[in-house]
Amino acid sequence: MEGERRSRILGGMSSDARSVTIALVSTVLFFTVLVLVITRSPGWPEVKAAFFNREVFSEAFPEVLRAFWLNIKIFCVAEVFILAFALVIAVLRSLPGPVFFPIRALAIVYTDFFRGIPTILLIFILGFGVPALGLSGVPTSALVWATVALIIIYSAYVAEVYRAGIESVHPSQDAAARSLGLSRSQSLRYVVVPQAVRRVVPPLLNDFIGLQKDTALIALIGPVEAFRQAQIDTSATFNFTPYVAAALIFVAFTIPLARLTDWLNERSRRRRLVAGIAP
Amino acid sequence: MNASPCLVLQDVHKSFDKREVLRGIDLSVAEHEVVCLIGASGSGKSTLLRCINLIEPIDAGRIFVAGQEVTAPGVDVNEIRRGIGIVFQSFNLFPHMTVLENITLGPRKALRLDRAQAAAQGLELLRRFGLKDRRDDYPDRLSGGQQQRVAIVRALAMQPQIMLLDEVTSALDPELVAEVLSVIRELAEGGMTMVIATHEMGFAADIANRVCFLDQGVLLEEGPPEQIFRSPSNPRTQEFLQRIIAEGRL
Repeated sequence: MEGERRSRILGGMSSDARSVTIALVSTVLFFTVLVLVITRSPGWPEVKAAFFNREVFSEAFPEVLRAFWLNIKIFCVAEVFILAFALVIAVLRSLPGPVFFPIRALAIVYTDFFRGIPTILLIFILGFGVPALGLSGVPTSALVWATVALIIIYSAYVAEVYRAGIESVHPSQDAAARSLGLSRSQSLRYVVVPQAVRRVVPPLLNDFIGLQKDTALIALIGPVEAFRQAQIDTSATFNFTPYVAAALIFVAFTIPLARLTDWLNERSRRRRLVAGIAP
Repeated sequence: MNASPCLVLQDVHKSFDKREVLRGIDLSVAEHEVVCLIGASGSGKSTLLRCINLIEPIDAGRIFVAGQEVTAPGVDVNEIRRGIGIVFQSFNLFPHMTVLENITLGPRKALRLDRAQAAAQGLELLRRFGLKDRRDDYPDRLSGGQQQRVAIVRALAMQPQIMLLDEVTSALDPELVAEVLSVIRELAEGGMTMVIATHEMGFAADIANRVCFLDQGVLLEEGPPEQIFRSPSNPRTQEFLQRIIAEGRL
C-alpha cells in the first residue's frame, strides 16, 4: 500500500533517480534550516561584520593566497624527505634476527618518541634552538628548521604506515623471492616493498592532508605563510575575515586530496572483491 | 645414468617449537632421478623440501647438493638457492609483476643477466611450455593451472641442478591438474633431477624412479613404485595405501 502510494507520487522514476531526488531535497532542507538558525541568532550582525566582510575579504584574499605559496613549498619539500626517510625507518624496523635488535629498538624509540611529542613543541625547539647554537655550516633559518621538525614528526607516522604495509605482504612472497637466490635486501626491494607501498597509498595520502594543514604551524616562529599573512591582515583591519580566506584556501587544497584518497580506497576495495580470495 | 648423487641428506632433524617434524632423514638422490615423497598431511614432506632449499634451517644433520655441503657454516645461502628450484603449493607468484617479469627477476637480480638476455631466455621457456601469449599478463589474470606452470618456469629460469616440487597440484581445481602434471612429466623426460612431494598417487606411480613413504618425520620405506604401491612391506605403508585406495585416489 505504502509503496504503491509513493510510486504514484514519484511517477515512473527509476530507483536511482528517486534516491538522488531524496538526497537533494534533504540536503537543501538541512542547509536552509542551518542558515536560518545562524542568521536569526541575536549576535549574527556582529559576527557577520567581523568574519564575513566582503571588502576585507577581496583585499586580503590575494595576499593570503600569495603567502600560501610558501605552505605549498614547505609541503612539497617536506613530503619528499618524509617518504624516503620513513621508508628507511620502516625497513630498519622490519629487519629480522637478534643481530639487528639495537637497530630495531632505535627505530621503535624513534617512532614512539616523535609520535608522542606535540608538533608545535618540536618546531619551537628546533626553529629557535638550532640557529641559536651558532654552529658554522648549519643553516640558521628558522624556516629550514621548522620544516625539519615537520619532517621528523611526520616520518614517525608515515614509517608506521609503511610498516603496516610491509607486514601485510605474506611471508610466502619473501620465501619465493629468497628461493630464487635473491638476497634479503633484493627481496625487500623488488618483491616486498613494491607490494607494501601499493597497499598503503590511501593512508599515506591521509597523512599528506595532515601535513598540509600543519604547515600553518610554522607561522608561529615567524615565516609569513598563509596563516601568518591572515593574522597580519587581521591586525591591520581589526576584522577576522582574512582568517576565513585562509581557511577557504587550505580547504580548497586538501579537499581534492581527500577525494583522491576516497577514490583510491574504493578502487582497491573493488579490486579485492574482484580478485576474490587474493591476500 | 650418472651414479654421482645430486642430493644427499644425512640424519636430518627439524623441530618446530617442541614438535619434532623430521626425525633423522637419510636420503640420496642420483642425477636425473625422480623421487616422489608420499605420506599423510603433516608427515614432514613439505618441511623436508623447505629444509633442502634452506628456507627452514635444520637442527641437526647434513645436506649436500651436487657434492657441496649446503648446511656447512658460512656457506653463501643465496648462491646455493640459485641452484635449487622450488615450486610451492600456493604458486607464490609476484602479483605486481607480469609473467615475464616474474620469471626474469631471478636471472636478472641473482644471476646478473642483462634484461635482454634474461627476457630472451624467459620467452624461450614460456614458448616451450605454451605460455608465450601470457607474457604480459599479471598473475591474477591467469587460471590456477597457468599460474602454477608459470611458477615452474620461474624456478626453471634459474637453470637449477635440482627441482623440488611441494604439492604443486593440491591447490588446483581437478580439471587443471593434468596440465601441470604434463609439464612435470616433460621435465622428467628431459632428465631433470626432482624431488616431488605429492598426493597424486597415480602420477607418482607413473613418473617416479623411486617412491619414499614418510610417516611422522621418519622415512619408513622406499623403493621403486611397483614395489611400494603393489607390495609394501611396512604395515604403516600398507595402512596408508589402503586408506588412499579406499578414498579412490589410486
